[in-house]
Amino acid sequence: MKTLVIAEHDNTSIKPATLNAVAAAQALGGDIDILVAGENCSGAATEAAAIAGIGKVLSADNGAYGHQLAENVSLLIADVAAGYDNVVAPATTNGKNTMPRVAALLDVAQISDIISVESADTFTRPIYAGNVIATVQSADAKKVITVRTTAFDAAPAEGGSASVEAVAAVHDAGLSTFVSEEVAESDRPELTAASVVISGGRGMQNGDNFKLLEGIADKLGAAIGASRAAVDAGFVPNDYQVGQTGKIVAPDLYIAVGISGAIQHLAGMKDSKVIVAINKDEDAPIFQVADYGLVADLFAALPEFEAAL
Amino acid sequence: MKALVAVKRVVDYNVKVRAKSDGSDVELNNVKMAINPFCEIAVEEAVRLKEAGTVSEIVVVSVGDKACQEQIRTALALGADRGIHVEVEGRPEPLEVAKLLKGVVAKEEPQLVILGKQSIDGDNNQTGQMLGALAGMPQGTFASEIKIDGDKLNVTREVDGGLQTLSLSLPAIVTTDLRLNEPRYASLPNIMKAKKKPLDVTTPADLGVEIKPHVTQLSVAPPPERSAGIKVEDVAQLVDKLKNEAKVIS
Repeated sequence: MKTLVIAEHDNTSIKPATLNAVAAAQALGGDIDILVAGENCSGAATEAAAIAGIGKVLSADNGAYGHQLAENVSLLIADVAAGYDNVVAPATTNGKNTMPRVAALLDVAQISDIISVESADTFTRPIYAGNVIATVQSADAKKVITVRTTAFDAAPAEGGSASVEAVAAVHDAGLSTFVSEEVAESDRPELTAASVVISGGRGMQNGDNFKLLEGIADKLGAAIGASRAAVDAGFVPNDYQVGQTGKIVAPDLYIAVGISGAIQHLAGMKDSKVIVAINKDEDAPIFQVADYGLVADLFAALPEFEAAL
Repeated sequence: MKALVAVKRVVDYNVKVRAKSDGSDVELNNVKMAINPFCEIAVEEAVRLKEAGTVSEIVVVSVGDKACQEQIRTALALGADRGIHVEVEGRPEPLEVAKLLKGVVAKEEPQLVILGKQSIDGDNNQTGQMLGALAGMPQGTFASEIKIDGDKLNVTREVDGGLQTLSLSLPAIVTTDLRLNEPRYASLPNIMKAKKKPLDVTTPADLGVEIKPHVTQLSVAPPPERSAGIKVEDVAQLVDKLKNEAKVIS
């Protein structure tokens, strides 16, 4: 059995989500190759070659793939997939954007967001915002899979010495062009890769008050997240959102501040190892999943917490 | 231009869905059903484009059993002009829905197709992208803003790192994210009017699509329970517990 993993990268380096996808591919068994599609992406390809257990890295380096335009990259993946039994990508916004097009081009189903590999054709995945876990079996000879990264421990980023092969094929559908992006610059760890996350909800009252979380985040080396309510209210940008439709996180420590604990938020963080909730409403549903609950006014508790660290 | 909006009938988002005790399926008896929230945002966006004079006609389509005509009527009450019901029994998979929608696209030739980014039952997040591939159309997924600019569509997308804006040639597909708009409520007069709007029923055979299952759901189960821990008295105790009991901070 041969599996192709689609790398998540920024052309210069590999994103950690790739390592979780490799781990899922290892659970499938057999040989694993990695496809790095991008523009001036030799840095990412070199890093991919160092991942333990990889056969070879296929590098498709072309302007058509520079911004991961789904129309172009899906044609490439469907083309390269001819030699593979499985195509696996992390369920990042990139993976979610591109992989269903690949599946449709191959006339197969996509198995989205798997959290375990039960056998070569059977997987589990959350449905209904994680309120139910479904076990599903694929009848397709070629499987297109996206992986919930928090459910698979990262494969080692070092220790491999795969060869890098260039993919000559250029697929440009000519349907879409990149215009611009607004990417948040931060010295803090990435939300989905951080070992500590501190998130604020509607209880933060405004965007300025998120500064109260920053001091604590700096001391703990934490990423800052938010509930949908806080994002919808405009306190913080959309890429802070933790939840069913935002980012799924599973850090060692998750601190929920002023977050009531709607199902949609819990779906994004309830696999965290230790959960702390700080909320003044003692009946807030967040306390039902918290290992440590503190019923307190966050505006008093946060400065005290920061000082105690 | 003509806009096609796809809507799905799903369990209402306020209902906490549970697995049946025998693990055969989720409990769907006597559960309140509604239009998928992301699809509602799709309808709203089309209606706003019509109010702005960009869109001239809104066609709403749903794939499912007869009951999904209720959700088509909801979309008509929100401002869509006419409905198409593709009658399919059971639960068609995203790939099959995409093939059926491709058939509808071929007949209706819309310039813009708007869908929800995912349905809150299967959480697949596939149908719009699959339709894009099958119909050879570009896609702006997880959209938080769309602007029509001549023969192009500019879509701002919510991506992991922030926001990304793409320019797509028309016809194009948009899948909605939460912040694209806030849907309105249907007024009573509009609900009454919607009952008289045209609603055509078609079948997979009419559209030349053969429904074929690719994935079998073997069983369902509740997720591992997470039990509530303890309430701490104050910040000092919290820090102590995190350091010495959970050992997650030093």
